[in-house]
Formats: sequence, C-alpha cells, structure tokens
Amino acid sequence: MTDNRHKIEQVPPRSDWRDPAVEFRKGTYCHSAGAKYVEALGLPNPRDWNPADADWKLPSDWKEIILNGMAERLERFRSFKLFMDVCVRCGACADKCHYYLGSNDPKNMPMVRAELIRSVYRRYFTPAGRVFGSLAGGRELTEEVIKEWFYYFYQCSECRRCSVFCPFGIDTAEITMIGRELLNLLGCNINWITKPAADCFRVGNHLGIQPHAFKDSLEFAADELEEVTGIRVDIPIGKKGAEVLFVMPSADFFATPHYYTLLGYMSLFHEIGLDFTYSAYASEGGNFGLFTSHEMMKRLNAKIYDEARRLGVKWILGGECGHMWRVLHQYMETMNGPADFLEAPVSPVTGTRFENARSTSMVHICEFTADLLYHDKITLDPKRNDKWSVTYHDSCNPARGMGLLEEPRYVLKRACNNFHEMPENTIREQTFCCGSGSGLGTDENLEMRLRGGFPRANAVRHVREKHGVNLLSCICAIDKATMPTLLEYWVPGVEVAGVHELLGNALVMTGEKERTTNLRGEPLQAAVPETSPAEVVHG
Amino acid sequence: MGDRPLIYGGLCLFVALVTFPVWKGVAAQSSTKGPEVKAVVDKKQCVAPRAYMREAHMELLVAWRDGKVRRQERHYTARDGTVYNVSLTGTCLTQCHGSKEKFCDSCHEYAGVSAPNCWGCHTSPPAEPAKMAAAAAGEMR
Amino acid sequence: MAALVAVPLLASAAGVGKGILLVGIPYAAFAIFLGGLCWRVVGWARSPVPFRIPTTCGQQTSLPWIKSAPLDNPSTGLGAVGRMALEVLLFRSLFRNNRAEIYDQRYVFGDSKWLWLGALAFHWSLLVILLRHLRLFVQPVPAFVLFMGKVDSFFQIGAPALYLSNVVVLCALAYLLLRRLWDLRLRYISQFSDYFALLLLLGTALTGVLMRYGTRVDVVAVKRLAIGLATFQPVVPDGVGIVFLIHLLMVSALAAYFPFSKLVHMGGVFLSPTRNLANNSRMKRHVNPWNYPVKTHTYAEWEEEFRDKLLMAEIPLDEAKHD
Repeated sequence: MTDNRHKIEQVPPRSDWRDPAVEFRKGTYCHSAGAKYVEALGLPNPRDWNPADADWKLPSDWKEIILNGMAERLERFRSFKLFMDVCVRCGACADKCHYYLGSNDPKNMPMVRAELIRSVYRRYFTPAGRVFGSLAGGRELTEEVIKEWFYYFYQCSECRRCSVFCPFGIDTAEITMIGRELLNLLGCNINWITKPAADCFRVGNHLGIQPHAFKDSLEFAADELEEVTGIRVDIPIGKKGAEVLFVMPSADFFATPHYYTLLGYMSLFHEIGLDFTYSAYASEGGNFGLFTSHEMMKRLNAKIYDEARRLGVKWILGGECGHMWRVLHQYMETMNGPADFLEAPVSPVTGTRFENARSTSMVHICEFTADLLYHDKITLDPKRNDKWSVTYHDSCNPARGMGLLEEPRYVLKRACNNFHEMPENTIREQTFCCGSGSGLGTDENLEMRLRGGFPRANAVRHVREKHGVNLLSCICAIDKATMPTLLEYWVPGVEVAGVHELLGNALVMTGEKERTTNLRGEPLQAAVPETSPAEVVHG
Repeated sequence: MGDRPLIYGGLCLFVALVTFPVWKGVAAQSSTKGPEVKAVVDKKQCVAPRAYMREAHMELLVAWRDGKVRRQERHYTARDGTVYNVSLTGTCLTQCHGSKEKFCDSCHEYAGVSAPNCWGCHTSPPAEPAKMAAAAAGEMR
Repeated sequence: MAALVAVPLLASAAGVGKGILLVGIPYAAFAIFLGGLCWRVVGWARSPVPFRIPTTCGQQTSLPWIKSAPLDNPSTGLGAVGRMALEVLLFRSLFRNNRAEIYDQRYVFGDSKWLWLGALAFHWSLLVILLRHLRLFVQPVPAFVLFMGKVDSFFQIGAPALYLSNVVVLCALAYLLLRRLWDLRLRYISQFSDYFALLLLLGTALTGVLMRYGTRVDVVAVKRLAIGLATFQPVVPDGVGIVFLIHLLMVSALAAYFPFSKLVHMGGVFLSPTRNLANNSRMKRHVNPWNYPVKTHTYAEWEEEFRDKLLMAEIPLDEAKHD
C-alpha cells in the first residue's frame, strides 16, 4: 500500500484563512530563482535568497510596488478586476482543485487562493474595504502576505479546472498569473521557471540546448529511427522556403519518453513527404513566460512568428505540448500578430484547409494527423501497439484552453487496439492536472507534485484495475516529464507516451524493414500477459 | 474595448427595465389617491372595525364560510353585540356595500389582488338602493 | 405652555421621521443601487479584455467531420450568446458540480446537484417575487403581473392565496444559509458579508411573508406609497404598520449594500471573459488595445551570438549576414 506520510485524507479545515502564516515545508515549495537568471531577463530585484529564510530581501518600497502593480493590472485586465469582485463563495470550486484534493490544505481551495489577493484588493481598492476593513473581507498587505502568495501561487498549476465549475467562470489561472506577475515585480520567482525562461530567451529553448547540440539530438534521433525502421529521414533545419515550420517543446528532442514522440513525428513527416523545417532559433514551442508574466510570454513567443517570417514558410505546425498550445491558441496572434505574412494552413496531403486556424496559421499536430487518417492517407498497423492497453490523459491546456478533445482520441483509436477512457469526471474538460504544470515540476517540490497528481493517478488506477491499462498517453511535455514519477509512486506499472509515439509505432512506412521493436527499442509483443486486477490492487 | 457599446447598451436596458414603474407611472399620470370606495348605505359600523376589515376581511369571510358550511353557524355576533346574518350576498353586499363591481373590485383591481374564489358560488346583487332596502327588509325577517 | 408648543412639534417631528423612513430612505437606497451598479459595470467595462481566454468546456470547432460543442465551446458570437443564456438562465456551470469523496484512499466523484437546485430555485423565485411586486408600483396593474400572480397562487391555499414562490424562496434561502453553517469547508470560507447578504434577504422575505399571511397590511395604503415613490409625488399614508416598515428598510439596506458587495455578480456574470467570448482566437485575430513592444532576442542577435556553433553544425545562416 502507499506510504502513510502521503496518506490522502479529507479533514475539514479549522483555522482562519485570514492568518497569512505559512510554513515552508521541504517538498512543498520550489527553490527561488538564481540571481543571474533574473538578471538575464532584466527582471527586478535579482538577489540570492531562500523562501525558507525570514528575510526575503524585498525592495524597501515593496508595498508600493505591489499596490501600483495591482492598480495597473486592474486597469489592464477585465478578468482580474471582475474576478476580484464577483465571487460569492458558493463553494462549487472547493473540491475541484487537485492540489486541495491531494494536500487537504484549505488555502488550496480555489476561492481561498483567490481570496488571498482579493482580500488585499478589497482593503486597498474598494470603498467597503477601505472603510470597514476586515468586516468587509479586507486584509492588510504585509510581508507575511507576500510569502503566503508565493507559497500558494506557486502551488497552482493554472489548469483552469475550477473555472469549468464556477458559475461566473472565475478562472484561478488568471488570478495566479497576475499574482505571479506581482511577485515577479519584487523578484520573488522560482528557479524552475526563471532559468528555463532565461535559457529560452537567449539560446532558443528551455533546456538551453545550443544550435549544434540541437542538430546533434535530431541526428541522433534519426539514427535511432533508422535502426527501428530501416529508413533514413531528413533533418531540415532553418530551411528557407519550406512550406511548413515545425515547432515543438524542447523536451521532445532531449528527454524521455518525449523523445519517442519525436520519432513519431519524424516517421510521419517522412512518410507523407512533408516539405517542412525545424528551427534552431525557434527551437521551443513551450513558453515559461506564461508562468512569469504576460510580457515575458510575449517576449519568448515572438521568435516563432519571427522565424516563420524569416524562413518564408506558409504556415506553422505545432507539436504535442500543453501550455505551449494555450499560448499559441489564446495569446500568440494577439501578442505577436497579425500573421498576415503567412497563409491559411492547407494540408499538402489531403488539401484540407484548416479553417479553425486560418488567422494564426498554426495547426496542432493532432488536428493535422487526424485529418490524414480521416482521408486514409497513411496506413496504420495498430497490432504493433498491442502490448499496450492505453488510456488518454487530456492535458489541461488543450482541453480547457482550446477544446482539443476528439482529435487525439481519433488518432489513438486508429493507432491502438486497446483503448480505455478514465471515468468521465476526470477527462475532457474535467481532466485532472498532472500536479506539476505551470513550472512546478521540479524535484524539490516532489511531495506537492505527488499530492497534486493524486486525483489523476487515482483515475489511472481505476482503469488499471478495471481494464489492465499499462500506458497513459498524453499530448503534453510536462505530463511526459513528470507523470512517470507520479505513476510510479501511485500506480506502478503504467508508462507514459505521447500520442505520436503510438502513431509512429503503428505507421506503415514505404520501404521500411520488418519491425521487430517499437520506437522505444522494445520487442513488439502481440500481447503481454497482464497482471490480474486482484494483484494490482495491492501493487 | 469593442464591447463597450454592448455593455453600456445592456446597462441602459437594465436601468430602463428597473425603472419601468417610474416612466410608466409618469406616462400614465398615475395618481396617489387610491380607489374611492363607499358603502352604498350610510352606516357607521361594519361587522368589525374598519381598519381590521380593510386588512383582514378575507380572514373573516373565510371564517364565516367555514362556520356556516361546516358547522351550521348562521349568525355572527359582532363585538358590540349586534347579531348579523352570515351571508356575503345577503348581508355584506345587499345591506351595505352594494355590488362586487362597485365595492370589492375597486380595491382588488387597484392592488392587483387576484380575484378570490368567492364568486364561484356567490352572486353579486344589482346595486340599486330601493331594491336593496326591500331585500334587506326581507332578509331581516 | 411648554406642552402647547411641544405637542405640535413632536407631531411634526413624527411626521418628518415617517417621511424619512418611508420616502427618504427608499429614495436614497434606490439611487445608491442604480448609481452604484452603473459605476461598477462601467468600471469593469473600462478595463479591456486583452486576450481571448474562454474556458473551453467541450470539443472545439476544427475539422468539419468532428462534432463540436457549440454551446460549451462556441466558435461564433451567436454560440457565445447561447452559452451565456444557459449560464445566466440555467446556471449551466453549476450544473456540472460534483462532489469528491475519499473512500479507501481513492476519490469518488458523486453527482451533487443540490447547490445548483438551491441557487436556481432562489434566483428564479426572487425574480418572480420582484416582478409580482410591480402590482404595487404600476397602475393599472400590467396583465403579465396579474397572470404571474395567478400562476404563482395556482393551488389556492388559504386567503390570501399562498404564493409558491414565497415558499420556494424561503426554503432555498434556508438551504443556502444552512449549508454555510453545516458544511465545514463552506464555514471556513464564509465571511461576514456572505451571512449578511443571506440574512438581509431572509429578513426581507420573512417580513414580506409575515405581512401577507400573518400580521396583514393595508395593501391600498402600501400601493399609494409605492406609486407616490415611483412617480415622484411621495405620499405618507397612515396605517402601513411596523412590519411593513421593517420590510421596506431591509429592502433599502439590501439595495444600498448591493453595489458594494458580492451581490454585483448579477451584473458581473455577463462580463466574464472566460464565458462570453467565442473560442475563435485562431480564426480571427483578437486585438489587445494596450499591446506594447517588448524586448526580444532577435534572430540577428541570436545568430551573431551562436555564429561559430551554427557554422560548425552547418546550419544555414541568414543570407544577409553570410560572410
């Protein structure tokens, strides 16, 4: 059974939420950002500090900075202003947050998380709060409140699940984003976000992989793919005049199991003869600016359109990544458009015009592949995935910031013979976060990640026991990076894969050799004797 | 930005709806006088004090109905000792108040009190004083 | 001698006092309500919606052969109107509510529609009650108001007939209050203002019900007062009674409190950018009015910085820069 330290309980809250005191317990918070990364991005107050310290070395006028920052954002974002005003504390969101469900910390209930900042808003920006103070739900802004914000705004993965259930659509992601922007004004940022952002800004991707290493990775992937399929694929980088620019999260070419998804993309592009190019400059689709500030998001995102313009492509294809697609779908063209130098995307294989992306000219790979499959332009042999009993985890951002629900399922159902959905309250728009999204997937935060991922793991356990599921597929780089750990802890025996890894396994390529292994180099087994559900219960 | 006309339009619509009684009242030149009601026969005393009757006549009428129909109580003794015959048509209307249309309806319509189900059974007499007096005399016997 | 002066003075003071209570306070409260609400809505409207951020609760409109969810994830303005209508009239999002319960180290998500039912019952019965009150403010009484009254008192229980909306509103308010006290999670998050609003509403409803079915009130006098208020020719009629006065003062308090409290969600729900926008940000560019230029790491700067490595890896350099 599970270890008692992480026993998940539901205990009714007793304390008073207005008390801002926070205990920075190891395992439940992220390290502060290194001064050099903060400096590299030109963000305020670079310094070495530790959240567990008493002195956070805030600027002397920190209070003014926060209040001015709030005033500015209240004028800029109707969402922020409205969400500060309209919550009625009906409680519908309370048990929708995976961090609350996993940690039982009442300040992780979405309305309380929002209330942490809302109480300050009331005290300083509303007549009732200015006059009646705490009676009207106001709270003084103190350094303790800043520490509390830091703890709880870096304990929200901006997954938007609460916003699905809110009768007014209050989106805690908006509140967390603004909360983090304000914290950034004081230099209270975390390393796991600021370092990748700084690397992405300078080098081109979060992992800081320089152009030559980027090329090496892709070449290496091509070697591996050749071993599996006997086919050598091209690696076009920075090819001017290509039809399509392909952008993916950098983890796809540097981490496992993402890597196998890259092999999937490569096989697909080769098989359909796509005229495309990778880019070493725009070698990151992900955007840790989203977790820093709207301005940083724009700064990091700019290179995608810039590169598309420079290379003279017609449209852009985006790989599997969750928050990357939140940015591409809901922010990119507003921030860095108009994309009038691009054309409305048309699939060169099927001739389908992607009307839903006609303005941004950016298509999701699942949309692209689903269209290929619908028109029977590629041949699949789903038996090659028979060792897997597959479930699909909707990644938060494509589900709730886009509505990309059926396309990946269509691909999966064509590529696999064994597909099983998790319970309906845990998928599609109600999907549970992996617990590590929005830049919180760092090892020092492991306890919180495991707690936050518990509801998801719980649903996986359900299908594991019921259908013998042994593979969780998803379309998010953070999922792929963090869910293996999560599942190993809560549901051992379930692996993680991208949708296009499974597609790549099943894809029948012209001139390929007989496949003996899947893209992971593991033997293709028609069927693997499954552990019986009874055994799994105690696993 | 672009949605401001829509928002302000919606707000104006809301204000217009909420102030409906104001502009409707001003347009219709509604008066604050209220309905004029008078008993046809000049009597000083009803079966109960006027203020009580104004607010709670329905309670009394329901009590009368229940008493008469269920317990055969045909007479009502007022506080001042006067005994009345329990009858909406015979006593209330015929002796004093005239007709439903002239008396009851004036206030009921004014206040929008949905017509009670009195008139499913009772009839309203024609409000002519001469006939009424005769009827009243007949009733007294 | 003193008594001779004092008595008329007291009498006129009482008259003035009554005027303030029955006329001054309601006017002031209503003015604060309207003015305050407009101020709030204009305040929200003045802040732009820089990004198109609908929370998508169903399949997007993408490929023609994939069935989209036009109301939970609208791609057109009309769809967004439909989504808002469902939200405002039927509380669509609250209808999704479920309750997470842990059994043996696993979460089970059970249906939980009580909050939806309670909230819907409360808001709709409140609307019916407000509209029914028009019979006191408008002369002649509009037909739809009379009709509503008839439907509402359909069962003809007692005299005056029992309004169903009165029963429903009291039950719903009691439920909404009790769940705040009963559910420890809700008690944790509830603030003074949550109880205050509920108690004001409950007090208003109770005094209203008391007047209609208990202590009685001279409806004609009340209507004269109401018409006077509505047409700016205030009259202070006799005999409206203490319960009516409390009812009126509570309504006034509620109206004046409204714009400064969470009750403004009535206006706010229409403006929520996660609900009232079509999910078409890839079809049509959404413009941010304050979009400003930012410092980026341009390709030229990047190429300059990594020139050696690009050359080494034989990644093509920009022709303009090639040497």
